[in-house]
Amino acid sequence: MTLDAKIPSGPIEQAWAQACFDMKLVNPANKRKHSLIVVGSGLAGGAAAASLGELGYKVKCFCFQDSPRRAHSIAAQGGINAAKNYPNDGESVFRLFYDTVKGGDFRAREANVYRLAQISGKIIDQCVAQGVPFAREYGGSLTNRSFGGAQVSRTFYARGQTGQQLLLGAYQALERQIHAGSVTMIPRTEMLDLIVVDGKARGIVARNVISGKLSVHIADAVILATGGYSNVYYLSTNAKGSNTTAIWRAYKRGALFANPCFTQIHPTCIPVSGDYQSKLTLMSESLRNDGRIWVPKKKGDTRLPNEIPEEERDYYLERRYPSFGNLVPRDVASRNAKAICDEGGGVGKSGLGVYLDFSEAIGRLGEKTVRERYGNLFEMYQRITDENPYKTAMRIYPAVHYTMGGLWVDYQLQSTIPGLFVLGEANFSDHGANRLGASALMQGLSDGYFIIPYTVGNYLATNKFAKVDESRAEVTEAVASVQQKTDKLLSIKGKRTVDSFHRELGKITWDYCGMARTAEGLEGAIGKIRALREEYWQNVTVPGSGDDLNESLEKAGRVADFFELAELMCIDARDRNESCGGHFREEYQTPEGEAQRDDEHYSYVAAWGYRGDGAPPELTKEPLEFNYVHPSQRSYK
Amino acid sequence: MKLTLKIWRQKNPNEKGAFVRYPVDDVDPEMSILECLDVLNETLILRGEVPVAFEHDCREGICGSCGFMINGVAHGPERATTACQLTMRHFKDGDEVVMEPWRAKAFPLVKDLVVNRRAFDHIIEAGGYVSVSTGQAPDGNTILVGKEIADQSMDAAACIGCGACVAACPNASAALFTGAKITHLGTLPQGEPERERRALSMVAQMNAETFGNCTNIGECTGACPKEIPLEVIATMNRDYVCASFSRREDLPTPVLPVATGA
Ligand SMILES: Cc1cc2nc3c(=O)[nH]c(=O)nc-3n(C[C@H](O)[C@H](O)[C@H](O)COP(=O)(O)OP(=O)(O)OC[C@H]3O[C@@H](n4cnc5c(N)ncnc54)[C@H](O)[C@@H]3O)c2cc1C
Ligand code: FES
Repeated sequence: MTLDAKIPSGPIEQAWAQACFDMKLVNPANKRKHSLIVVGSGLAGGAAAASLGELGYKVKCFCFQDSPRRAHSIAAQGGINAAKNYPNDGESVFRLFYDTVKGGDFRAREANVYRLAQISGKIIDQCVAQGVPFAREYGGSLTNRSFGGAQVSRTFYARGQTGQQLLLGAYQALERQIHAGSVTMIPRTEMLDLIVVDGKARGIVARNVISGKLSVHIADAVILATGGYSNVYYLSTNAKGSNTTAIWRAYKRGALFANPCFTQIHPTCIPVSGDYQSKLTLMSESLRNDGRIWVPKKKGDTRLPNEIPEEERDYYLERRYPSFGNLVPRDVASRNAKAICDEGGGVGKSGLGVYLDFSEAIGRLGEKTVRERYGNLFEMYQRITDENPYKTAMRIYPAVHYTMGGLWVDYQLQSTIPGLFVLGEANFSDHGANRLGASALMQGLSDGYFIIPYTVGNYLATNKFAKVDESRAEVTEAVASVQQKTDKLLSIKGKRTVDSFHRELGKITWDYCGMARTAEGLEGAIGKIRALREEYWQNVTVPGSGDDLNESLEKAGRVADFFELAELMCIDARDRNESCGGHFREEYQTPEGEAQRDDEHYSYVAAWGYRGDGAPPELTKEPLEFNYVHPSQRSYK
Repeated sequence: MKLTLKIWRQKNPNEKGAFVRYPVDDVDPEMSILECLDVLNETLILRGEVPVAFEHDCREGICGSCGFMINGVAHGPERATTACQLTMRHFKDGDEVVMEPWRAKAFPLVKDLVVNRRAFDHIIEAGGYVSVSTGQAPDGNTILVGKEIADQSMDAAACIGCGACVAACPNASAALFTGAKITHLGTLPQGEPERERRALSMVAQMNAETFGNCTNIGECTGACPKEIPLEVIATMNRDYVCASFSRREDLPTPVLPVATGA
């Protein structure tokens, strides 16, 4: 198989405009004759469903929560990037593009990233017009801050709740379309399979989680915007319901899965406190703008942080990276924390933590300013840990946070199955091997508001859609396979709970396919995952029945998919014999311990195709070309 | 610590529900009350019993999924804290902790601690937005919004739609929720053109969803995990009354006044 990314030829600055012009349009009077399915109501799906509804298409939008407003985009705190250059500090479309390609460690597609940077400004305009209460200056203009190591202030934010406010903007636009009758919202309904007819995506099989009823939905195209798969690690900053099921079923129906091993570990999370821990809580990395990270020089120092004198502290990021200091990219900050803790230098009960200290900032800026900037984060920290960050240093540890990998899509955001489009975190597109802070919100909204309305139109205008009868074999087969799986899970009645398997799977994935990886470890992990998966299908117990609200059953289906995904992640990680971004292979590092890329052999997107259960997946490579940003060794020294 | 959880169990809306007591040993003060339910559920599953259904997703106090009455208080005893962020530190060894679902006609029960809050979506659907389609926006900085105004709007916009306000209100009124959206949008210049229409439509929908009337008791704001201020209700009433008197023909017909005390 060869992959055609359909990148427009010609200069990158004109690529998107050219592509838009080349696209065929759907006659306005015909739009309402086309039906579309959007799975997901987060920033990507919510924005897409609303915008497509506004254009006049007949849209059905699905989410598994009780309301579209609860999608996990709601939890994003820090902000959203845009190349507005309001602060007049040297920002430009090209700089945002450049930083994002470099931040992604040269494993993203240039044309996509350029388009993202071009569209970024319009996203802010749209959100402002919707009434998103972004932070403002006294004069009334929009405020920006620097975020995640960027040297310009390009991040827009709404207190520590940027994701919430952006999502509510999209949600309200969506509700407006629901009111207008162009969008039908179907909440509490989980997509469990994709229906492919004559090689095209034509519908989904979904299960209502309250009644347990399966239903078939047919449309002219299917848009997946189901978020990331960090929960494969069990503990992550994702919501409990975040899953891979929709994209995994699409993978098994023929869509390629790109760069599954590219996952991001966020450096500033609250450390694990016990075995019962059900999720990890992120604190915005804007904290690193003023907080200083350190550990005691003496290992196992049991004194309270305040009692440790300045000269006995190791501000290891400032020491190792004098020019970026505490603001090095996420992967670098996370890896350093892990390395320090692995050597026994960590703090806290478990030794898995480092200090993030605001005493210097409070001295410099005063408590009031610090409270204004970080008050809600400090409160959250105190609520969880019962410690007061104004008085004592916080403890932080890295946690899985974001998945750069996802279904492969071309420039039109179309997967390898015609008519199946993938948006937001669910696709692999724009972040390469490492996502920069405040760029996921930008990508989700760019995909949903400004790209899909064009590209899906082109697809509809250039294809013919015969009526799909629900009695067709492709449909009944998909329904039967979902039903079979549900029945099977309920019938095993083994001795272990779904969560106990999920925890164990998560631990394997974290230990071997987390922050640091080796070929040998990955090889072992694949064996362990397979063995555990086999046990799962013989020994899991799912209580209750399939015909009412049964969260264990929902989880059981998701974990079954996580097992398969975890294996693919390890295969991908083992195959990539280099270190890049969040993928750190211990065998490939510079003498200073930094990630060592191998551009000669690995400058490609690894897109995996399903070839049947048990058969090794097939690798197709999409070579990456860098004509504008020349690959260099990232250096934050 | 050892605790007894006294939990409302109800298989579905049609069957009768009842409280059931469950002893739980090994409760760690650091765990959240949802994690405590996780621990209980793991034991129930292994005993072949049906686990307790409760709603949750983000588990960091922002999605608004979680929430039930804990010892008679929505989201439990801690100020400005959702159930998912309520740690067991607030209880002591030997305590009995009572958990029951939000009780309101407009929030019909689904199962155990889970209720249906779609009525909130319907209120937003009725007009909780600025009617601007994708692509119509001018440059962000052409709309200037003073910092104080933006902050006020943000205070109201912080609502997570959990329903605690309704559950805490003796009348089961949704005035705080509705007022929060009306204030968020109405405070901003972007929301100004539709201000009257929005107030009329959203209030009408709120009443149609069988929420009770607001009699200015103020329990709602006390229970609100995001501390949405009571002023949003006054703003809603003001907008509503102004809109009712404006008698513009293109506006929806006003329904009964919302708050008797305003
Ligand atoms: C704690 C946290 C903080 C973050 N902070 C930032 C930040 O400051 N800046 C930034 O740029 N990015 C941030 N991110 C990343 C960013 O928030 C996400 O990548 C982004 O919001 C994902 O949006 P999405 O629309 O792709 O998916 P989501 O918002 O996760 O939405 C997924 C949707 O799909 C639905 N769904 C999933 N599976 C199914 C199924 N099988 N059937 C039916 N429906 C389904 C869900 O119901 C939901 O509606 C943060 C992420 C986290 C976890
Ligand atoms: S689970 Fe999201 S607010 Fe509690």
